[in-house]
Amino acid sequence: MADLFRHAWAIARKDLVLEFRTRTAIMSAAVFTALVLVVFNFGRDPTAIPTLTIAPSILWVTFSFAGMLALNRAFQLELENSALDGLLLAPISRFSLYLGKLAANLVFVATVETIGLLLFALFFDVPLQRIVGPLVGVIALATVGFIAVGTLFSAMVIRTRFAELMLPVLLLPFLIPPLVWAVQATGQLFAARPLSEVAGALKLLAAYDIVFVTLATLLFPATVDQ
Amino acid sequence: MSLVQRGRWVTLVGLALLAGVYVRALVFTPVELHQGPAQKIFYVHVPAAWSAMLAMGLVGVASILYLLVKDARYDRFAAASAEVGTAFSLVMLTTGPIWAKPIWGTWWTWDARLTLTLFLFFLFLGYLLLRGAVTDVGLRARYSAVLGICGLVLLPFIHLSVYLFRTLHPMPIVLKPSAPSLPGVMLATLLFSVGVFTLLYVGFVMQRYGIGDRGEGGGTHA
Repeated sequence: MADLFRHAWAIARKDLVLEFRTRTAIMSAAVFTALVLVVFNFGRDPTAIPTLTIAPSILWVTFSFAGMLALNRAFQLELENSALDGLLLAPISRFSLYLGKLAANLVFVATVETIGLLLFALFFDVPLQRIVGPLVGVIALATVGFIAVGTLFSAMVIRTRFAELMLPVLLLPFLIPPLVWAVQATGQLFAARPLSEVAGALKLLAAYDIVFVTLATLLFPATVDQ
Repeated sequence: MSLVQRGRWVTLVGLALLAGVYVRALVFTPVELHQGPAQKIFYVHVPAAWSAMLAMGLVGVASILYLLVKDARYDRFAAASAEVGTAFSLVMLTTGPIWAKPIWGTWWTWDARLTLTLFLFFLFLGYLLLRGAVTDVGLRARYSAVLGICGLVLLPFIHLSVYLFRTLHPMPIVLKPSAPSLPGVMLATLLFSVGVFTLLYVGFVMQRYGIGDRGEGGGTHA
């Protein structure tokens, strides 16, 4: 068990070091997030719809796109020079490999989401100070479930045709439950509703995370073993 | 007689009985008091939904079995079931709005059951697209099994995610804790139709499975 997490950490660390040394992907994802927020600003009529009404949708559509973009790169990296074969030959369990990839993706997406959230607060003048704690909780819970399934699928789609298009097609249906609950909870937080009203959505998000992290970990070996 | 031929016979019997369903539903089943003739579509819509759900359930079961024993037949069955399920969910998604327009006054609404079935359809499409995008037979079988299992687990979550909102869709009238509230004649017609649609599902899957057997019989599975 200790080995499982030690090896997973080694994989995650390798990915993150690679990522933060080159910084190409993280910078592109951050710029992309900023641009989506800008597009949203011009894609609505500010005199007709108050910002707070659509703020949760803006936040979550932006995060969904950014997450999708991040996932495409997780295993693409390993295709160059057949690095994936090397990883598979290493004496570590497939579960470590999956958990490591998942951890690296989560750190990557969390970084992009942090930048996105700050820009969102700036561009749309949403007062975040009061609700930042619960909001981060909602974002974390929704992101874990989504990225868990996404990491599993990204290991599959790299060896298909039209990989960049295939991932969103397969993944978007799996985004719906976390998205529905996250948008609901975010809306209630923005409207300054009591925290007890958000608890239901948080529980459902947690249930989704537990089910899909477990399922994806168990299914991952089937996607890489020959 | 090959499986394809037998499947063709089952389908023919199913189609003949389907004509019987139409006659029985239109002539020998009373018109519903509040909805009028529009309610007749119920005898096609509900059985089609049943067959689509059955297809997805069996895709999931076959996917689990494939990953456990790596027998190519389970993969071929899952592929056949997914294709047939796509057709049935399309029937369900077209008959639904035709009924909904006169009764609800709208073609579409984001009600729990509508959303669920729409995503059932998207999952079938994604499943078939994934199969089309992988050329290696063994790889395709494993990938689609993974997606099939995930899809089966996802559906209850999608239902739950929209169920918390208000729902427009008629509540269950047959499968519910108390006795069915559907009058006996209508219930008989519905059950007859469900039986016929199940038979059609079997017939279609037999044919599709048989064709798959011919096409990739010699393929190696990892």
